[in-house]
Amino acid sequence: MSKINDRSRDLGDYIPGADDEMIICRCEEITKGEIRRAVHDGMFTLTEIRRYLRTSMGLCQGQTCGRLIKGIVAKELGISPLDLEPAMSRAPMRPIEMKVLANER
Amino acid sequence: MKNNADVIIIGSGVIGNAAAYYLAKKGCSVIVLEKSESIGDGGSSRNGGGVRQSGRDKRELPLAMYGIKNIWPTLSEELEMDVEYYQEGNLRLGKTDAHLNVLTGLTKNAVDCGLDVKMITGDEARAICPYLSEEVTGASWCPTDGHANPLLTTLAYYRKARQLGVQFITGEGVVEIRKIRGKAKQVVTENGVYEGETIILAAGYESRELASQLGIDIPMTQALLEVLVTEAQPPMFYQMLGTAAADFYGHQSTHGSFVFGGSSGFEGVNKDNGTPTTSSITAPCICRGIMKYFPILEDAKIVRTWAGWMDVCADMVPVISPVEEVPGLILAAAFSGHGFGISPTVGMLLAEMATEGKTTLDLSAFRYDRFKAKI
Repeated sequence: MSKINDRSRDLGDYIPGADDEMIICRCEEITKGEIRRAVHDGMFTLTEIRRYLRTSMGLCQGQTCGRLIKGIVAKELGISPLDLEPAMSRAPMRPIEMKVLANER
Repeated sequence: MKNNADVIIIGSGVIGNAAAYYLAKKGCSVIVLEKSESIGDGGSSRNGGGVRQSGRDKRELPLAMYGIKNIWPTLSEELEMDVEYYQEGNLRLGKTDAHLNVLTGLTKNAVDCGLDVKMITGDEARAICPYLSEEVTGASWCPTDGHANPLLTTLAYYRKARQLGVQFITGEGVVEIRKIRGKAKQVVTENGVYEGETIILAAGYESRELASQLGIDIPMTQALLEVLVTEAQPPMFYQMLGTAAADFYGHQSTHGSFVFGGSSGFEGVNKDNGTPTTSSITAPCICRGIMKYFPILEDAKIVRTWAGWMDVCADMVPVISPVEEVPGLILAAAFSGHGFGISPTVGMLLAEMATEGKTTLDLSAFRYDRFKAKI
């Protein structure tokens, strides 16, 4: 069993940090503190963090913030970032206007 | 880590998590086992978010109506997390006479079931949603329908259940439900054995194989759905949308993005390598559908697409039932692509079934032994 599978694992108390107000996901304006608190709310995978907070769900789709978030979540869980699977990349790789995407035929 | 509890739930989708929450509220100890690394990674995170009564099979309607009356309006407060529930009505749109005939038939069925649904003209639809194109000639309108955010609802039930002491184990694929002295008792995973007095099997399509080991077959198949998400738009409208032609369905979320589902017609024969994967032809097809109804959205950018499996039952309604041949086992699967809207009601009823044996609503239409050959 990997370190993130038991969701009742004791992470200790949430200790506020001086840089909790720093914006990490710029597209969706999510702060470091929000990401850290989400881990304490039980969101242990990058996929869950995305769905819970909308991190990496904006225009850049995590191409800017993905690595930073991985580091923050791993640190909060007390594990190596290598133990966290990246969230799924989704098509299209760049935002495309509906009328352009529709015109593929 | 304990490996025994009053109730073991297999599957951490919105159904399993809701059941876990209502059981914990009743004072039961609960363990939820999830095969995926992430909570709610199946259909619960891969659906259009509809909280609808209209368009439902009449067997499901009492479950939908109960939830919309008694649970959804206060769910965010109860779970202490915004699940983005909107009750702004459902418009099912038509552009041709054939469409309007389909809608009239659906509306008649719904009215016969006691639901407040009516046919309205294109202009009346545009009065409700001014962004609709002139091509829309009529619609069915159910003012008490709505939508919520399925990702947040699934995680809100998880979060609250976890706070109440429910143990969730992810990456824990179940390989067998084992009977001890004639009663379902043990849940065997790749890593260990868990024991419970009651076992709720809520693992979507994967429920079929686990149930079949005990001689119980749930006749269902998998069907793919695909969804696209736009960049945030200014607040425009919060009705749930569908069409008679099934071009697309969806809504605008709190965040501002539009979430629209649809199909290409090739879902049954897609190459998918066993994973729910988007196809390059589907999102463009959905876009062409949307623009005919909402030309104003043609410049909205698509930022993401995703796909998911529905566990589609032979008769298109779920199996929610205790199993007489296997005492202690409760099935909750085959939700056929409309499980999200009824998930709070089903979670509550499963908790009642597991603790009291009787339920607030009659669930006899959802029994596992209802399936009969055609002759």
